[in-house]
Amino acid sequence: MTDTATSLPTRTPGAVAGPRPPLARRRPTARARLRTVLKHAVLIAFGLIMIYPLLWMLASSLKPSALIFRDPSLLPSEIDMSNYTVGWNALSHPFSHYLLNSAVLVLGALLGNLVSCSMAAYAFARLNFKGRKIWFAIMLMSIMLPIHVVIVPQYILFSQLGWVNTFLPLIVPKLLATDAFFVFLMVQFFRGLPRELDEAARIDGAGHVRIFAQVMLPLSVPALATTAIFTFIWTWNDFFHQLIFLTKPDMYTVPIALRSFIDSSSESSWGPMFAMSIVSLIPLFLIFLLGQKYLVKGIATTGIK
Amino acid sequence: MAGIAELRKLRGSAPASIAPSERGDNKAALLFLGPWFIGLLLITVGPILASLFLSFTDYNLLQPPSWTGLDNYARMLDDARLHQSLRVTFTYVFVSIPLQLALALALALFLDRGVRGLPFYRSVYYLPSLLGGSVAIALLWRQVFGTQGLVNQFLGVFGIEGQGWVSHPDTALGTLVILNVWTFGAPMVIFLAGLRQIPEMYYEAAQIDGAGKVRQFLAITLPLLTPIVFFNLVLQVINAFQSFTQAFVVSGGSGGPVDSTLFYTLYLYQKGFGALDMGYASAMAWLLLAIVAGLTAINFVVSKYWVFYDD
Repeated sequence: MTDTATSLPTRTPGAVAGPRPPLARRRPTARARLRTVLKHAVLIAFGLIMIYPLLWMLASSLKPSALIFRDPSLLPSEIDMSNYTVGWNALSHPFSHYLLNSAVLVLGALLGNLVSCSMAAYAFARLNFKGRKIWFAIMLMSIMLPIHVVIVPQYILFSQLGWVNTFLPLIVPKLLATDAFFVFLMVQFFRGLPRELDEAARIDGAGHVRIFAQVMLPLSVPALATTAIFTFIWTWNDFFHQLIFLTKPDMYTVPIALRSFIDSSSESSWGPMFAMSIVSLIPLFLIFLLGQKYLVKGIATTGIK
Repeated sequence: MAGIAELRKLRGSAPASIAPSERGDNKAALLFLGPWFIGLLLITVGPILASLFLSFTDYNLLQPPSWTGLDNYARMLDDARLHQSLRVTFTYVFVSIPLQLALALALALFLDRGVRGLPFYRSVYYLPSLLGGSVAIALLWRQVFGTQGLVNQFLGVFGIEGQGWVSHPDTALGTLVILNVWTFGAPMVIFLAGLRQIPEMYYEAAQIDGAGKVRQFLAITLPLLTPIVFFNLVLQVINAFQSFTQAFVVSGGSGGPVDSTLFYTLYLYQKGFGALDMGYASAMAWLLLAIVAGLTAINFVVSKYWVFYDD
């Protein structure tokens, strides 16, 4: 379990997923069957408690505001979409504006992390250069550094550059591979790829750029997908940086826009707020459905949430 | 989990052996590591040094920083809100993480042995981890534990009149603890992966020797799982100390009621980006670094006594 390369996506299919075969095959007795039923009952009940707040929010977003506080049931007696239309236009811009801002940010972060982190990872995994061990150690340590230690000087730097209220403070660091976690993830993955492949390419006269682009990257789809999925989720949810660097309503992203609903937290605004909360969760939910395989393996091997 | 193992082993051999044919790739390394290197310099190391410098100054962004020596650190000793924020954060970390990990382990064990529909259950339990850090969920929490929220509606069914949990200083932090425990799915997935790696033959041998389920758990599962427990512990502690969004949103940015949810990072934000007391905020950041590094180091030292490594 110390060697991630062997347990990264595709290396050991089913290492995380498939159910373990039962110890001994026996014909299920009535008692065993009862136990199975009980077990599932417990698992379903517990799962329902876990998910209930989410379902309740969804149901509430479809109820007239007055009913949210009186009727705890999940099935609205009548479906009312007005929370969505009201919420969409409740702030200074239509909600699509904030969705678009978040989308731009996510795309920029994706591009940055995928390109620069994989490049750095290639160097650590395959190149022999001076001080490699030391730089690698520094990279590992930078993963654990609390962002609060650097955020004040970063803010000063970016405000001097006139970058506050642009997306640059949020995208440029990603272009510079500051999400070292992904560098590490890909180093581990690259190490698991057979060396014979790049040796062969080298004999054929390929340089490092070609080996990287045409041999390593195509084989690294699982690692790249994991990076992309987690970059998406982190950037979409990243409230702290966006709160600090984006203060003009023009530049607001989804989390910052949602947060502005607090200021008008009278009872009548809960419905629209829930509606927009649901809208903000839809992209995460889609990523969850599409990327489950990578999500589970990524988290099992690296511990990123 | 390799990050931790890697650091543990770093003093040993090089990260990976390099074929002799690839000696002296300095130029190529410069190309491939270029962006990372610039980032390290400008976005990480430069700011670390600047932050250390600023922590000894008085700086409000408008006038140039003026050197005040250890004043900021001395101020910390008398800052009642800082002490409160430390209390809140330590309580949050030390209550929610054991609960979260215990729940994660319990469910992983429950799910591990031949449950049909495992992928489905795993997804359901994991989903909150994925969404938990979002503003939307924090807003939901504000409502669920509000005066007329879901929890009180539920209690109302039994004729119990609840209170406004998030607006009461005795319970507000508790609601955030629950929020963190609710995201136990991520460590659970890691535990499940760890359980998968325990060789089946150990259990078969134990069964032949007549060991019962409890004995098997104590003698095989638990010792072999300690590296994963350790990994989860280190990671969750580092993360929890930096929690911000939940407290900010639930308290509307104030850390209230009566500073009962004043997370350390929230207070740092208020000082630095609200009051523009950048020097003090920098000093606070260094205290945070010292705490996180200290706890991680303690974790590593103590781990020698309870973490069992197979290799």
